[in-house]
Amino acid sequence: MTKDKGNVVVLEDVVVKFAGDSGDGMQLAGTLFSDNTALVGEDFVTFPDYPAEIRAPHNTVAGVSGFQIHFGSKAVISSGDRADVLVAMNPASLKSNMHNVKRGGTIIVDADTFVGDAITKAGYTENPLANDSLLDYHVIPAPITSMTREAQKELNVDVKNADKCRNIYALGIVYFLFHRDLEPTIKYFEKKFAKKPEFIETNKRVLVAGYTYAESVSANATTFIVDKYPLSKGRYRYITGNLATAWGFLAAAEKSGLQLYQGSYPITPATDILVELEGRRDLGVKAYQAEDEIAGITSAIGAAYAGALAITTTSGPGLSLKSEAMGLAVMTELPIVIVDVQRGGPSTGLPTKTEQSDLSQALYGRNGECPIPVIAASMPGNCFRFAYEASKIAVEHMTPVILLTDGYIANGTEVIKIPKVADLPDFNIPYAKPNDPDYAPYRRNETTFVPEWAIPGMEGLRHRVGGLEKENITGAVSTAPDNHELMCNNRRKKVEYIVNSIGDQEVIGDQEGDMLIIGWGGTYGALRNSLDEIRKECPGKKIGLAQFNYINPLPKNTEDIFRKFKKLIVCELNFGQFANYLRTQFEGYHFDQYNKVKGQPFMVSELVDAYKKLMEE
Amino acid sequence: MANIFNLTKEDFASDQMVKWCPGCGDHAILAALRKVLPQAGKKKEDILVVSGIGCSSRAPYYVNTYGMHCIHGRALPIASGAKIANPNLSVWVTTGDGDSLAIGGNHFIHCLRRNMDIKVILFNNQIYGLTKGQYSPTSPFGKVTKTSPMGTIEDPFDPGELAIGAGGTFFARSFDISMPIMDEILLAAAEHTGTALVEVLQNCMIYNNGAHSYYTDKETRADRIIHVQDGKPMLFGKEMNKGIRLNKDTNQLEVVTLGENGVTIDDILVHNPHQTNRGLQLMIAQMKGPDFPMAVGVIRDISKPCYSELMLQQIETAKAQTKFKCVDDLLNSGNTWDVE
Repeated sequence: MTKDKGNVVVLEDVVVKFAGDSGDGMQLAGTLFSDNTALVGEDFVTFPDYPAEIRAPHNTVAGVSGFQIHFGSKAVISSGDRADVLVAMNPASLKSNMHNVKRGGTIIVDADTFVGDAITKAGYTENPLANDSLLDYHVIPAPITSMTREAQKELNVDVKNADKCRNIYALGIVYFLFHRDLEPTIKYFEKKFAKKPEFIETNKRVLVAGYTYAESVSANATTFIVDKYPLSKGRYRYITGNLATAWGFLAAAEKSGLQLYQGSYPITPATDILVELEGRRDLGVKAYQAEDEIAGITSAIGAAYAGALAITTTSGPGLSLKSEAMGLAVMTELPIVIVDVQRGGPSTGLPTKTEQSDLSQALYGRNGECPIPVIAASMPGNCFRFAYEASKIAVEHMTPVILLTDGYIANGTEVIKIPKVADLPDFNIPYAKPNDPDYAPYRRNETTFVPEWAIPGMEGLRHRVGGLEKENITGAVSTAPDNHELMCNNRRKKVEYIVNSIGDQEVIGDQEGDMLIIGWGGTYGALRNSLDEIRKECPGKKIGLAQFNYINPLPKNTEDIFRKFKKLIVCELNFGQFANYLRTQFEGYHFDQYNKVKGQPFMVSELVDAYKKLMEE
Repeated sequence: MANIFNLTKEDFASDQMVKWCPGCGDHAILAALRKVLPQAGKKKEDILVVSGIGCSSRAPYYVNTYGMHCIHGRALPIASGAKIANPNLSVWVTTGDGDSLAIGGNHFIHCLRRNMDIKVILFNNQIYGLTKGQYSPTSPFGKVTKTSPMGTIEDPFDPGELAIGAGGTFFARSFDISMPIMDEILLAAAEHTGTALVEVLQNCMIYNNGAHSYYTDKETRADRIIHVQDGKPMLFGKEMNKGIRLNKDTNQLEVVTLGENGVTIDDILVHNPHQTNRGLQLMIAQMKGPDFPMAVGVIRDISKPCYSELMLQQIETAKAQTKFKCVDDLLNSGNTWDVE
């Protein structure tokens, strides 16, 4: 929805993409723009999109690093599809992002870089600025490199260092387009470079120069205004999914009174959780960078036995390595949380790209009858809530829990209202009582099937656990046939009972009718937007969305929801793992599918097309 | 450390039937373990015994402490996590040559490197017993087993060499038949802070009987084993007239005989397990027949802060310096803004 105000356009929401060579500082430019957006008071979601290599070959499409921000005066829940504004710092970044710019959108390029072999290295046969290939767009061919150098001329900065500020010049241009105040960013430079004052001046001059340049060349160009988003009263911040995950565990530890232990091995895109918690010794966290993925999870199992809230964090390949140890956690009935920040697979796959293809592995990837609760966060912000809930389920039900996030929500940021630890639900920990003469390692609560947590140091409760099947109640090693089946059933029932600790599944939009869109985890933003879009485009149809966070067990009312819709379409970033899981759970329903395995999030447009096609059938 | 809680070995006998083969060296190790646990300086409830998979790894069931019998090769990281989470625990690991040097080899070297405060008893029988007789990473070159019918074509690991090379702070060795030496080295391990690796050369009656008999045969034992002790000259032999000398020309150890070629007691190397430099201790650990006697006793025992201690120190330092006293402080840190 736009309305003209002279050459100023008021927009409800906007997508800006910063793209450049990795090393061009696009992540920083994007972050600074996000900070500024927060101050303006708009809602936003961001998503960084960077290559697996730290510095891929210069000027190639493979080396393009991007940062997308979607902001608006309405609630923003995804990083958006096509960009209204693209900043392309070299031909390769234009080439790789062009197809994601809205027709009529604004493209800011560093015209200085569109020379020589940078053009051919990007895959162009001729300079795209010199032909009519960009006629449908508003192009601002700014000589960013030369103007950035010019702005620092009086400061005796060598060319190499001067060029490091090109991102700031581009940022200045974008600030002008959105009527932004430069002051907060200048303040940021003053704080950041307090010990290197020369950088304050260079960055400040370059930012102002970019802004002034845009002002002078764009007298007739369109600029944009996005109004404030009317957030409810409170304190806000923005947060990445990985940080929210780490802090969710911290909150769980504080609330439960348990010590937080993390055993992890660095792996993209999960590493930031380890980085954050290694830095939280100040809150008493014992984070341990293990020698490998297996040591990560097994050390967590040891820590859980010793009474800690123990977690391990990883991505797909690491989850594979942890499979056997997850079985041990199931068998020893110890509470640990395994976070899998999913990325493109199989094998090493697409380390920096997002996918939802570890679901089957999370559900089934272990030897034996080995049930583990699986839950999935759906937004960067609610990684906090689901890390907290995963901890609570693990400890209260004495079971390992798998928390699935993905590269998209882990690295994306979202504006959240800051929660208070006091408002979070309490933990009810099934501790054994020291010197309890009736204590036995596999004695269970008759309703919940949860055994007690007897921790080394507690008097009178010495016992042995392990991976071998144990006799019910006593915990003695047992290969008795009936006992084995009984124990398998006990472990299964314990996990099934968790359904009573999770709420009902919510349906957004129509509560019954023609089509139910079904998704899970990190696709929420795109699916929610697609729901709004399809309902707008097909006002006669009754369409709802069920986005699942609880995968195993599924919420109690799941089948009631499915029953109320004529068509069910499961949309996921894999070949249909959730759809197949639902088929095993609910007989007699036909689940249609829309799948994508490209390492990229869903686009609203492709989803809407899929819905239309299905409804026409 | 001492037996401050007045415990006895009977306090550590569990109600489980011991299911090792009759005559297996593991029985002796178990007896020595039960004997040393009262000396750990801890309450019964503060002792944890962890194991992986293999015959050796059944030990936790037979010791009445908190215990975990886990998965193959992973006892050390499991024990590490428990120790980090609760540094007050006295943590013991029983493991075998397959468990700790094959599937768990990675954890083994990293545990030693980090000086994790764990007592590790490595039952080395140079064979896979529980899977019925395949060669292990400590089987000698050429060893014929079920999976090496023409003899192995790989050199074995020497656990002592590996442990000292990995930066281990404690290494001791015994044969399963030498109860007094097992008692001595397990006690030293109990008193050591950091990873204490105790190698017990243990006999598998069924699949590798006599693997260590070159050293343990009664007739020749005195000439083929040397008991090294802190501050004592390295003498051995039936007459205790043979000794180990460091040849200053070759910088190698050599066996000499007192009274021959002018050799006196002053020429004999005096063992110092506390010396930080690992050169000599490595040479002692590497000694083997027929040129040398094999060393038993505490070969290396140096003092160094352990991992869990250092982590606690970091936590204290961080807590003293931080502006975050609780999670709410963290949540409200950095770039936040208020909406009225």
